[in-house]
Amino acid sequence: MARTGVRAPWWLVAPAALAAAIALLPIWYLVVRAGSVAAVGEVLLTEATVRLTARSLLLTGVVTALASAIGVAAAWVLARTDLPRVRAWQVALVLPLAVPSYIGAFVWVEAFPALAGFAGAVLVLTLATFPFVLLPVLAALQRVDPALEEVAASLGHGRLAVAARVTIPQVRPSIAAGALLVALYVLSDFGAVALMRYEVFTWVIYGAYRSGFDPTRAAVLSLLLVAIAVVLVVLEGRARGRAATRIGAGVARRTRVVRLGAARWPVLLGLGAVVAAGVVVPALSILGWVLTGSAGAVDGAAFGQALLASVRLALLAAVACVLLAVPVGVLAARWPGRLARGVERATYTGHALPGIVVAIAMVYVGVKLLRPVYQETPLLVLAYVVLFLPLAVGAVRTAVEASPVRAEEVARSLGQTPLGVLRRVTLPQAAPGIAAGAVLVLLTTMKELPVTLLLHPTGTQTLATELWDHMLVSDRAAAAPYAALIVLGAALPAVLLGRMGQLGGQPSGQVRAEGPTGRTVPAEVLGGSRP
Amino acid sequence: MTAVLDTSVAAPSLTRAPALQAAGITRAFGPTPVLAGVDLVVPRGSVVALVGPSGCGKTTFVRLVAGFDTPDAGTVVLAGRTVVGPREAVAPEHRRIGVVPQEGALFSHLDVAGNIGFGLPRRGRTDEGRARVTHLLDLVDLSGLAARRPDQLSGGQQQRVAVARALAPGPDLVLLDEPFSALDASLRVSVRDAVMAALRAEAASVLLVTHDQDEALGVADLVAVMLEGRIAQVGTPEEVYARPASAAVAQFLGEAVLLPGDADGATVTCALGTLPLAAPADGSRTVLLRPEQLELVPIAPSATGSGPGRADEGPIAVVQSIAFHGHDALVALRLADGVPVLARSLAGWLPRPGDQVAVTVRGAAWPLPA
Repeated sequence: MARTGVRAPWWLVAPAALAAAIALLPIWYLVVRAGSVAAVGEVLLTEATVRLTARSLLLTGVVTALASAIGVAAAWVLARTDLPRVRAWQVALVLPLAVPSYIGAFVWVEAFPALAGFAGAVLVLTLATFPFVLLPVLAALQRVDPALEEVAASLGHGRLAVAARVTIPQVRPSIAAGALLVALYVLSDFGAVALMRYEVFTWVIYGAYRSGFDPTRAAVLSLLLVAIAVVLVVLEGRARGRAATRIGAGVARRTRVVRLGAARWPVLLGLGAVVAAGVVVPALSILGWVLTGSAGAVDGAAFGQALLASVRLALLAAVACVLLAVPVGVLAARWPGRLARGVERATYTGHALPGIVVAIAMVYVGVKLLRPVYQETPLLVLAYVVLFLPLAVGAVRTAVEASPVRAEEVARSLGQTPLGVLRRVTLPQAAPGIAAGAVLVLLTTMKELPVTLLLHPTGTQTLATELWDHMLVSDRAAAAPYAALIVLGAALPAVLLGRMGQLGGQPSGQVRAEGPTGRTVPAEVLGGSRP
Repeated sequence: MTAVLDTSVAAPSLTRAPALQAAGITRAFGPTPVLAGVDLVVPRGSVVALVGPSGCGKTTFVRLVAGFDTPDAGTVVLAGRTVVGPREAVAPEHRRIGVVPQEGALFSHLDVAGNIGFGLPRRGRTDEGRARVTHLLDLVDLSGLAARRPDQLSGGQQQRVAVARALAPGPDLVLLDEPFSALDASLRVSVRDAVMAALRAEAASVLLVTHDQDEALGVADLVAVMLEGRIAQVGTPEEVYARPASAAVAQFLGEAVLLPGDADGATVTCALGTLPLAAPADGSRTVLLRPEQLELVPIAPSATGSGPGRADEGPIAVVQSIAFHGHDALVALRLADGVPVLARSLAGWLPRPGDQVAVTVRGAAWPLPA
C-alpha cells in the first residue's frame, strides 16, 4: 500500500535524481547534436543514408518475423503438448541467450565463410533473439485460464478453432511485446553485423567514429537510429500495457494436453535443429578450438590480465549500478507518484538506446565534461551505468515490493526512523533480490562489446576486447578461451531463466530475460506490466 | 470517574491518563469521508475492542493512531502526550505504540529472538534485552523457538511472535488489527486465548480491531461499535449486547428481534404480548429481544383444534425455516399476524418447518432509544 500524503524524504530523492541525471547523459548529447540542423539535413538526405536505413529495416523485419514464428511455435509445443522431457527442452531453448551474437557470428562465419552478409546476419540474430518471444509467450500460455479453453471446447470448437479464437488472442500482447524486443535488439546489435560485414546503422556509426571520428555523421546517424528505436519502444510499451490489463490471477490447473502422436518426430527434429544451431554448434566449435589449438596460440599472461580487468570493471559497474538503483527502486516501490515515475523512467533510458549510441555519447561527454577521465576507468563505468542501470533498478524495485510494507510500519512503531527502517528492515529483507540484480549486472557487463571497445582505458584489454581483436584477424585458437569464458558466464543467468520459466505461477518480475544489445531486462517485458 | 476525587495521587498525573484519548478524528480519502468524527478512550490496562463491519473505518482509525497516516482534524493523546494536534503529528517511532498487523509481518531476515528484540535498546543485544526476550517467549509459550526463522513457524506461532515483539519495549498502547482473522477457524480460539493471556499478563492497554462480534464480546473489557465512520456505542460487552444504542448496533452484534410496541412505563405491548421493560419507557417504541429470550413450546396436535392455547403458552407461531448450528439452532417464525421473529433453540427438541409452536419470552425487552 502506498503511503498516501507522505512526501518522499530528501535523502532518497536526491540520490535518485542523480541516478536519473546520469542515465540522461546520452539524451543531452543527442539534443546538443541535433541542434546543428544544416548538418542533419546534409547527412540525412543522401542516397547512402536511405540505403542504410532500408538495409537496417529489412534485417530488423526479417529477423523479427522469423524469431517470432520460432518463438511462438516452440512456446506452444512446450506449454500445450505431451512433448517428452519438457523441462529439459525448456532450458535448452533458452540457452541460445548465453551465446552473445558476436560469438555466434564468429563461429558461423568461420565454419561457412559464404554465410557472410545478409543471410548470416539473419541466421545469427534469429537464433540469438527467438527466446525473447518464447519466454513471454510461454508465460502467457501458462497463465491463460484453462477454463476459457474448456468452455470454448464445450461450445463446440475443435482444437484448432480453440487455438485461433481463444488461445492466440489471449497471448497476442505477449507475442507483440516479444517481437518488438527482438526488433529493438536487432536494431541495436553491433557485433554480429560487424563480423558478418552487413552494413547497418551500428556498424556504420562505429566506422564513422573509427575513421578519424567524423562526429557529425556519427551523431546524425545515431539520432536517426534512436528515432527508430524510440518508435519501437513506444510500440513495445503499448503492447505491454495491453498485456498487463488482460492478465488475471494465476491459475495452477493444468490445461488440456495435446497429444503429438506421429507429429512428435518432426517436432523433435525442428526443436533439435534450433537448439543445435543456437547452442550446440557454437559450444562445440569453441570447445574444439580450445582443444586443438596449439599451446603457443594463447598468451596466458594477456588472458589473465584481461580476465582481471573484466572482473574488476564488472564489479565496479555492479556496485555503481546497485548504489544508484537502491534509491530509485525504493522510491518507485514505496512512494509511487509523479516524481518516482519520472525518475524511474529516466533511468530506463539505457534500455532504449543502442549500445553504440551510448558509447558515442559518452565519448562526447568525456571530451566535453569529463576530460580528466576520458579513456579512463571512471568514464567506462559511467557508460556501463547508463546501459545497465535498468537491470539493477528492476531488481531493487521488485525485491522491495516483495518485502511487506506492514513490517516497515511495525519497525517505525518500534522506534526506527525512516532511514533506520531502510537500513534495518527494507534493505535486509530485499537483499537477496538486490544481490541477484548485482550479479546480473556483473555477468552482463563482462560480455558487453561496443561500449567497451570504444571506451576501454588506454592500455587495458578486457575479455571482450581481446576476443574482438582475435576475431577480427580470424585467430580461432587465440579467440577460443575468451569465447569459452564469456559463454560460460552468460550461461548462468540463461539456465536460471530457463528453469524459472517452467514454474507456472512465477511472480511477475522475478523472471529475467536478455534484452537488446545483450543486456538482461526484467520480466515485466515478458508480458507483465511496464515499470 | 473517581480518579478526579482521589487525593492520594502519588504518581504523576501522566501515568493516570488513559492509554488513548482520541477526539473528533476525521479523515477523508479524496471526496469519500471515511472517519466522520471519532471519539474513543482506552483506559489504562484495559482491552477495548473496536468492532464494526468491513469498510466502516476501523483500520483507517488505527493507522491514524499509530502514525502511519495523519487525520484531517482531531486530536490523539497517548498516555497524556498529545501526538496529533491541530499543528503537530508525532512520528510513529516516537509514539510508544505496539502494532500487530493482520498478517503478523515478521521481519523475514531475523530469527524469532531478533524479531522480539527489535524494538529494545541496541535491538535486544544487552543482558537486559536478552532477559526480556526470554521472558516474552515464555509468556507466549514459544520458549525453545528463539532461533527459528519466521518461515519455519505456523501462522499461530507467527502471530504470537508478533505480539511478543509489540510488547517488548513496554508500549503505552498495543494496537491489534484483525490479528486472528488470517488464521484457520480451528486455530483461532486457542491463539486468541494465548495472545489475550499474554496481553493481560503484561497489563497492556489494548485496542483490538475486529469485524468478528463474537471475538469482541468474548475478550474485551469494553466494546466500541463503529458504524459508517463513527463510534455508535461504547460499553461493556453485556451493555452493548443487551442494551444497544440503536437498531443498527443491535443487529450488528447478533441476531435481533425488533418489534414495534406501545410502552407504558414498566411494560410494553407488542406482537409477543405484554412484556416487562428493561428500562422505563413511554409511548410508541421499538423494543429489542434476543432470539435466546424466545422459548418454543410444542403444541400437541390435539390442542391446536381446541383453540388458541392456554395463556401462559404465549402466542402461536408457524415455523418458517431452521438454521441448524449443532450446539443450537436458529428458528425463523411467523406470528399469527404475519410478524417475523427469530428464536434460538438450545433444547434437544426441534420443530420442523410448518409446525405450529407457542412462543414464550424470558426476561425483559430493551426499548431502543427513541
